[in-house]
Amino acid sequence: MSAAGYELSDTWVLASRSVKRIARQPDLLVGYTIQPIMFVLLFVYVFGGAISTPGYSYVDYLIPGILVQSIVFGGFATALGLSDDLKKGLMDRFRSLPMSRSAVLTGRTFADISTNTIQLVVMLAVGLAVGFRFTTEIPAILGGIALLLLIGYAFSWVFAFIGLTASSPEAANAFGFTILFPVTFVSSAFVPVESMPSWLQPVAEHNPFTTMVDAIRHLFIDAPVGNDVWLAALWSVAIAVVFGALAILRYRRVASR
Amino acid sequence: MLGLLGPNGAGKTTAVRILATLLKPDRGSARVAGFDVVREPAQVRARIGLAGQYAAVDENLSGSENLEMVGRLYHLGRGASRQRAWELLDDFDLAEAGKRLVRTYSGGMRRRLDLAAALVARPPILFLDEPTTGLDLRSRITLWDALESLVTEGTTVLLTTQYLDEADRLSHRIAVVDHGVVIAEGAPDELKRRVGGERLEIRLADGSVAPTAVGALAALGDGAPSALDGLVSMPVSGGGTVADAVRALDAAGIAIGDIATRQPTLDDVFLTLTGRAAVDAQEESE
Repeated sequence: MSAAGYELSDTWVLASRSVKRIARQPDLLVGYTIQPIMFVLLFVYVFGGAISTPGYSYVDYLIPGILVQSIVFGGFATALGLSDDLKKGLMDRFRSLPMSRSAVLTGRTFADISTNTIQLVVMLAVGLAVGFRFTTEIPAILGGIALLLLIGYAFSWVFAFIGLTASSPEAANAFGFTILFPVTFVSSAFVPVESMPSWLQPVAEHNPFTTMVDAIRHLFIDAPVGNDVWLAALWSVAIAVVFGALAILRYRRVASR
Repeated sequence: MLGLLGPNGAGKTTAVRILATLLKPDRGSARVAGFDVVREPAQVRARIGLAGQYAAVDENLSGSENLEMVGRLYHLGRGASRQRAWELLDDFDLAEAGKRLVRTYSGGMRRRLDLAAALVARPPILFLDEPTTGLDLRSRITLWDALESLVTEGTTVLLTTQYLDEADRLSHRIAVVDHGVVIAEGAPDELKRRVGGERLEIRLADGSVAPTAVGALAALGDGAPSALDGLVSMPVSGGGTVADAVRALDAAGIAIGDIATRQPTLDDVFLTLTGRAAVDAQEESE
């Protein structure tokens, strides 16, 4: 087999390992499904009545936002998993094998695509059950789903970097939530940017999450956008490239401690 | 089999990590199976197996899945990886637990699985970093038996350990390391002869008379007695020495708290070779 062939097969072996693990850690499955569902229900039925979204019902406005937020956190298993592999010495084993170096990271991030897909299906089903309706044609909807998966993949690399940087799985958890969580909220994901105080509006406006959420809203409920769809794709690719490079650098450093 | 013996912080793990291509040496060079660890790491990795201080196995996979994964990462192919996995599970008495998730395994089972994982590709060279630290005696003996048969079959093993009995039982040669430097090397018997084999230890009722006690005992042992915190210790051979020592101390008017003979330990090797206790080296490094 060629070097590229080994690279693919190593990635495949490690990706299937990660997927197998997830079904066996019920607490992770809860994170993937129950938690986002709780969010949908809380926002639709508790906060929804108090938030006004001119031109749209709140559920139509909310679902694209909450989809982006959940898919961004979908890569979380990568941070926990990598951090755990470091702690338990598995990383040393992998590094002493004649396998592809990058497969340890690509295997994880590929595994996230499958779990993100499951999460997306669950959330769309719940969204439709609480009254969300697509108002666009099939190609736009499929484009939106592809964009969501791309966003999820990009953030898997952010989490790979966090997992390799944090000192323990618990620290990775705290790291991810205290930094990323507020950033997802200061965006158009849950409330219109216009409803925020004027000093916060520019921040939310330039937040890449806003661009991503607006792009998905355009593709799912035909909300007007400028170049947000292309910008969102560009942001995702840029995040994947930058954090991919950072994660690989970090991997080389951390693993040779 | 070469045993690398030394206290915590002596540099054993660092040496293994460099040889297993996990760590780049600051300076100097090393060759494993004829390949340079810095310039030809891929060739080295294809010829070694590594089992570290932790059981580096995935708790959320079964035993067989763990070994199969390692086989596939050695590029043995799917069928061969599966076959090899079950072979090893048989060898290590894990076949019955092969389909169970590793998180249900005991500590000893995990270590055995870890060692099995290091053997998946039948590597000619095996690095074992304190493979039995923290194991109960039964699990240690099971592991020792497995290692002995490996060596008989022709595998070269580098074993690091803090236990002299372990190095003694398994190694053909032993290197004693301290502060990153080999301070003694030789066959186990040679080394023990230098330490002095069996030792007589006398706990004095009053520690302040230790110098007098050392003087009174000087003619009795195979080597000079040494004293540390009211404990006088000297190399001996033959059974009559205990009675002789009691008489000699009695004649000198020294009261004995406790007296016993025992086999040399790592502490003795250290005391003899470095003039200080192994515990000190440990504390210094921490």
